[in-house]
Amino acid sequence: MKFEGTKNYVATEDLRVAVNASITLQRPLLIKGEPGTGKTVLAEEVAKALDAELITWNIKSTTKAHQGLYEYDAVTRLRDSQLGDERVKDIRNYISKGKLWESFERDKRPVLLIDEIDKADIEFPNDLLQELDRMEFYVYETNETIKARVRPIVIITSNNEKELPDAFLRRCFFHYIKFPDEDTMRAIIDVHFPGLKGKLVQEALNIFYEIREVPGLKKKPSTSELIDWLKLLLSEDISPETLREKDPSKLIPPLHGALLKNEQDVHLFERLAFLARRERN
Amino acid sequence: MFVHFFHELKKANVPVSLREYLMLLEAMDSDIIERRVEDFYYLSRAALVKDERNLDKFDQVFGHVFKGLDLINEGQTAEIPEEWLRKLTEKFLNEEEKAQIEALGGWEKIMETLQKRLEEQKKRHEGGNKWIGTGGTSPFGAYGYNPEGVRIGQKEGRHGKAVKVWDKREYKNLDDSVELGTRNIKVALRRLRKFAREGAPTELDLDDTIKSTAHHGYLDIKMVPERRNKINLLVFFDIGGSMDSHIKLCEELFSAARTEFKNMEYFYFHNCLYEGLWKDNRRRHNEKMQTWDVLHKFPADYKVIFVGDATMSPYEITYAGGSVEHWNEEPGGLWLERVAQIYESCVWLNPVAEKHWEYTPSLQIIKQIIGDRMYPLTLEGLDKAMRELSR
Ligand SMILES: Nc1ncnc2c1ncn2[C@@H]1O[C@H](COP(=O)(O)OP(=O)(O)O)[C@@H](O)[C@H]1O
Ligand SMILES: [Mg+2]
Repeated sequence: MKFEGTKNYVATEDLRVAVNASITLQRPLLIKGEPGTGKTVLAEEVAKALDAELITWNIKSTTKAHQGLYEYDAVTRLRDSQLGDERVKDIRNYISKGKLWESFERDKRPVLLIDEIDKADIEFPNDLLQELDRMEFYVYETNETIKARVRPIVIITSNNEKELPDAFLRRCFFHYIKFPDEDTMRAIIDVHFPGLKGKLVQEALNIFYEIREVPGLKKKPSTSELIDWLKLLLSEDISPETLREKDPSKLIPPLHGALLKNEQDVHLFERLAFLARRERN
Repeated sequence: MFVHFFHELKKANVPVSLREYLMLLEAMDSDIIERRVEDFYYLSRAALVKDERNLDKFDQVFGHVFKGLDLINEGQTAEIPEEWLRKLTEKFLNEEEKAQIEALGGWEKIMETLQKRLEEQKKRHEGGNKWIGTGGTSPFGAYGYNPEGVRIGQKEGRHGKAVKVWDKREYKNLDDSVELGTRNIKVALRRLRKFAREGAPTELDLDDTIKSTAHHGYLDIKMVPERRNKINLLVFFDIGGSMDSHIKLCEELFSAARTEFKNMEYFYFHNCLYEGLWKDNRRRHNEKMQTWDVLHKFPADYKVIFVGDATMSPYEITYAGGSVEHWNEEPGGLWLERVAQIYESCVWLNPVAEKHWEYTPSLQIIKQIIGDRMYPLTLEGLDKAMRELSR
């Protein structure tokens, strides 16, 4: 079964090829791209399209590879043993399964999302090589090997905060989500606001891409911000005419809070607006 | 055919391995794609390229191998800055035309006209795909010019009508790696790496200690080596002007070193540090950021490396308004002092041979500001600089 995008998600041709290659050859798919370009949502949509369960492993800077396999709570066990608890006899009581293990247990092929892998230590991906390759691992405490019943579809996202090790990269298919051009963005907007009027979208897009070009922005607004902003514009009933107004004193677009999430960026904008006003006077 | 493609990729320094090549063959065998060349392009790209910085190289090789297009060497094309184009326009268009264009209204039109001009020029040079800039007026004069490689304005679609996806060179801006050249610089990098990894004492592994203690029933202290990549680096490159012959060397050093550090940030400046810095030299005129913001953003435990020849008129350091490029409110020297004050670990690497240093007043001034921590860009100098940074 092929992934063709969904009614909620616009997948460009190249993205579809990468997803299908990864599914067919059962290799992990690594997705990179600016924050807000739909990396996380992609995994959700792939799961939906294939009618598969989504198992998400959110990575933080403190996440260790073994936590995806299992964790053994020796401290509780020590305490239990001192209290003479019966549970202590079975070591299994102290083992909690990680997301990888969970995904290995499913009878129907799930989608395993390892989200924001670059947040972890740079050794993290290497520590998972064997497990992702062979889809099995060994539990020392119980002397058993856990093997995937069906190989999960593995989607890994990265915001590019750190480089990833070569050995890891060589095993993956890779797709870089290029920031959507205007046509793609229109398609995405249409997914979120079916049948939205042309003029408003045009004006909003103009402003949006203009803002992205402003030099020195800490955080360029991304697809997700654009969608939030449009939502606000609609709920406040802002007209395309208001958006189009070229009065420099209105340089700051209405409801800009949705686009500029960073205080410094808002300042930058206010400064620009101020300069524009001064120039005019 | 594929083997050839594979070798060409290697030659262009796209790091492809046999493993990936086999993965691609396997993928071709299964029915993932239709028999369209675009699909093959997408599939091979997903299988062979693992870093967006290599996408542009991949596109070039693909176009070359599968269409017999001429491979454009890096350095033979240049993204042409708008400012230069503006200047060029003045040269290319006579008064009458200029008036016409004013009447036509706006820069957009000028751009289009200009591009047509350039294309005509290309045709006239029978088969020549190189076009040399106007003598001496432009810093890009020495670079060849290829209209396909130039993007004018921001919207790609307008000029990209009939162009194949891979010919659009959409990922050009992501390529920040420059091919390592000289032997020398490789050794230098090895030393840089050593610097990045050194000084790793051990620290207590609390988790493992608890675990092991619980296992054994007695206190069993476990140690682990400290994480290797602890060093945060901030690098400022002097770009343009008298530095041009050294840029390549510097960027090689920089592109190869970046994976070794916990964080490594680089910025460009021109001649001396002023209130603005930039990250992408092709857009230096459009995308400047505040030096203050940079200094605020990166904590004082970052180690700072300047790379530059420190060769300029002394006015450019000591006077407000001394910069050759723009009006600077505060003297560049003040900005250097600020950096030296904030960042305890700070060195300057200078590609100019040390024996010439004493004859260059500006170099002496900067050396003094930086607390005498200027080192020549030689192996020895690099060693010394790194030792200084690890103190
Ligand atoms: N191609 C797309 N099609 C539909 N919606 C998209 C697309 N790309 C981004 N979005 C929207 O943008 C938002 C952010 O996406 P997300 O997956 O969280 O980004 P990332 O994980 O890359 O930071 C989502 O809510 C999604 O609705
Ligand atoms: Mg995400």
